[in-house]
Amino acid sequence: MVKWYPTEDVQKVRVKRANKPARLRGGVSPGQILILLAGKHQGKRVAFLKQLESGLLLVTGPYKLNGVPLKRVPQAYTVPTSTKIDISGSDFSKVTDAYFAKEKENTKKTEEAFFAPKKEKKPFSDAKKAMQKSVDAGIVNKVADPVVKKYLKTKFRLRNGMFPHTLKF
Amino acid sequence: MAQARFVEIGRVVYANFGPESGKLCVIVDVIDAKRALVDGPTTGVIRQQMPFSRISLTEFVLPIKRNQKSANVAKSFDEHEIIKKWNASHAGKHVASALRRASLTDFERFKLMVAQKKKSLLVKKEMKKIKPKH
Repeated sequence: MVKWYPTEDVQKVRVKRANKPARLRGGVSPGQILILLAGKHQGKRVAFLKQLESGLLLVTGPYKLNGVPLKRVPQAYTVPTSTKIDISGSDFSKVTDAYFAKEKENTKKTEEAFFAPKKEKKPFSDAKKAMQKSVDAGIVNKVADPVVKKYLKTKFRLRNGMFPHTLKF
Repeated sequence: MAQARFVEIGRVVYANFGPESGKLCVIVDVIDAKRALVDGPTTGVIRQQMPFSRISLTEFVLPIKRNQKSANVAKSFDEHEIIKKWNASHAGKHVASALRRASLTDFERFKLMVAQKKKSLLVKKEMKKIKPKH
């Protein structure tokens, strides 16, 4: 049988599927301690708060313990450990993807603007500092064991004889 | 040579490689230069051939006969309380601690590191007292 071709070329309509939010892997639940694998904070142990709509994980150091602020992290760049801390006393419901959106600057693409001296970096907003404090307060106060505090302060490090594929986290 | 452990009928061995790894069994017969017939009815090792490269000889020997029946091997094993003696022995304790170390979680490894640092600090302090000052 000869294949049937239409007289005019018809574009095949492809239905675009909505992206499903990333599955939370490794049985990770709120309060779990994760190890960050990349970026400025590599090796640091942080507390997982929730998964945002974009699929990224919302984590916080807490900031006082290891200098990690409220941060979005892709799941692939974390290793979940089996330790959990109590984060029920912390309210981070207002922190969403929109919270992390960069403020848009009205820069016209003109020659003067291109050669103008670069503007100074904007200081970290007070509102965000306040949010960080309020979220962390609920977590740090509940960590009773000083060893857990030290654990969060210390970076994860591989030593001689430690092979990631044999380690249990 | 007096302290040497021999491959003999009744020698209790520890399988450290292969599908039976981690289990104790008893040499019931020697097949050839490289293999033995082992049996561990109380430890879950079916009577089978096992290469000597897969086993370590323990310090325990059972008074069994060559090709003794599994039931009688089990009886002798229990009578001599081999499992209890193994767990109390130096090698047995080492095996148990190696297993424990391999199963440590990240937090447990951290606590171990903190404890080792404390210990070494105490040891160094004492060493300083003993060592003659230059």
